[in-house]
Amino acid sequence: MSSLDTAGTKRSSRRLLAANAWLVFTFLYVPIAVLVVFSFNDSERVNVWQGLSPRWYGEALGNTQVVGALRVSLVVAFTSTIVSTVLGTAVALALDRYRFKGRRALDGTVYLPIVIPDITMAVMLLVFFAEAFKLIDAFGPRLTLGVTTVALSHIAFNISFVAVVVRARLDQFDRTLEEAARDLYATPWRTFRRVTLPLIAPGIAAGALLALTLSLDDVVISSFTAGPGATTLPVYVFSSIRQGVTPELNAISTLMLAASITLVVASLALQRPRSITP
Amino acid sequence: MTDSASTRGRLRRSRWLAVTVVAVLLLAACGDGDDASEAAATTAAAADAGDAGDAAAADDGCEPGETDGDLAFYNWADYIDEELLVAFEEESGISVDYSVYESNEQMLTKVESGAAIYDLVVPSDYMVALMISEDLLLPLEFDALPNAANIDDAWDNPPFDPDHRFHVAYQWGTTGIGMTYDMLDTLGGESSWAVIFDAETAALVPGDISMLDDAPEAVSAALKYLGYSITEVIESGNEEAVREAGALLKATNDRLLKYDSVTFGDDLVNGEVDVAHGWSGGFAQAFFETDAYETHVYTIPIEGGVRWVDTMAIPHNSDNVCSAHAMINFLLDAENGAALTNYTYYGSPNTAATPFILEEILDDPGIYPPPEVYARLELIPQMGDLGLIVQDMLTEAKS
Repeated sequence: MSSLDTAGTKRSSRRLLAANAWLVFTFLYVPIAVLVVFSFNDSERVNVWQGLSPRWYGEALGNTQVVGALRVSLVVAFTSTIVSTVLGTAVALALDRYRFKGRRALDGTVYLPIVIPDITMAVMLLVFFAEAFKLIDAFGPRLTLGVTTVALSHIAFNISFVAVVVRARLDQFDRTLEEAARDLYATPWRTFRRVTLPLIAPGIAAGALLALTLSLDDVVISSFTAGPGATTLPVYVFSSIRQGVTPELNAISTLMLAASITLVVASLALQRPRSITP
Repeated sequence: MTDSASTRGRLRRSRWLAVTVVAVLLLAACGDGDDASEAAATTAAAADAGDAGDAAAADDGCEPGETDGDLAFYNWADYIDEELLVAFEEESGISVDYSVYESNEQMLTKVESGAAIYDLVVPSDYMVALMISEDLLLPLEFDALPNAANIDDAWDNPPFDPDHRFHVAYQWGTTGIGMTYDMLDTLGGESSWAVIFDAETAALVPGDISMLDDAPEAVSAALKYLGYSITEVIESGNEEAVREAGALLKATNDRLLKYDSVTFGDDLVNGEVDVAHGWSGGFAQAFFETDAYETHVYTIPIEGGVRWVDTMAIPHNSDNVCSAHAMINFLLDAENGAALTNYTYYGSPNTAATPFILEEILDDPGIYPPPEVYARLELIPQMGDLGLIVQDMLTEAKS
């Protein structure tokens, strides 16, 4: 190693790595740039350029189905994020802190929804809902798939993602800080609120953001568990393909992109002053 | 983590996935032998409880325009003018829960599971046959559909529902070849599948060629070129002919730029391809919206092509059968039927609607082919056991 480690090879390897970084950056962002540019296309067709115009933004926001689908998406995303963040964090804490019966089994299976393919999960959930509804049907009320089942499904896969992210944070956790708090006569609840929670907050925030993104992004599971009146935006976009794609889809995607960027920037800004590295 | 996130977005090919799922559900249903008795028990329980719900309503029959609750309408995306939904809500006083699907198979999965309760769905021809064979559709009450008389006699008793009990036609279209007028002149003014399948003729194409990424369509096109009748081949289970078509597809593969079912119209207008196999409505939309009508044309080859029809039908577990009939009757109205076509650029099966349809649509031979061309079109029948072989043919051709 040392014999090769001359200034020349160092410089060329640095250049190579820098070039690679730029290539990766281009690879990631050029399609997004194209998407944004074409959202201002005046043409009826997505890949036929006919001049600059913001008309598709107006059309997208004036399309009641798009707005309806957006509403469903947001309701599902926020509900599932809040519920799964609370439950996922609780699971991570339980697995990290306590020894209980079935802990190892739970520890192993909490990763399962991350590992198994979406389509398998989607089929499982659909069959589960079908069977459960059949059972409930026998007692009277007829249930149908809808916004609730989509939200439940998203909670189901998001719990795992949140739990895994929060656990990673807990792994680096300095337990002596909690012990110090207890030595100073802090109650367990107070210790949790004033010491534990602030320390793992970046992990929780990261988990919640991941959950939000995954929920807004999901097509396969949503399309299998959706029922009447529960078309989410990605499912709507995907279904529109059969009738041909208009720049309206670009406009919608650009708006979603802007929203996600705002969210990420906001969360980074929120995290910075508070982030205490253990 | 980011990997899983992007994988989520990447799962697009939902069609074969949907087929897999259907298979899984079927297996589940087979394993569950007492399904029927369970269903019977449920019905009995409902009857015991004095439930005057859907079962009773179905017995009494629905009056034209009668409604019995909000309508859950499950349709292809972008396949109806929203103003029609609003107009129906105003006229009937009920609200419409409108949701969309992207493939027949996806809709089938939902209806088959029984977990999603839809009142009205829009299956294509072959899917109607499949759903009838699995008891997934309720017979329609034509007494509640006086406007069904508006449907052209040509749509009576189609092969996928011979007694015409379970469906009424919604919109129809054809599959053929889109090209430039220059190309059509080069071919001597007559379109032929040879422009794709015959090496010498295909050599005349200045640029590239694309075909639909859809096994039944691709195999049907090859069968037509080889001179077969699609109906005869499928109904007689002529596996040899299907394999011959597959071999032809494989031999053609190198000539194609790509298999594409989404942007074929745009690609043709853009000049990315000069000859494209595709659906009438896709070309019509691309041509109308970019004023490419002067230069480009959709043709039905001399050997014949495929026609298809999407239909309205009521799923087995519908809660609001009368509302569904009210909506069907509403859409079969002359002006409403025309509004459908003026929005989708697909053909209307509704003869009474003709005076209200835009001239540019009526005059387009690509949407409304003249009778002698229409006679060369065939419906793709339900494939049954041949379906898997047909799928294999396209997969092999691509490999």
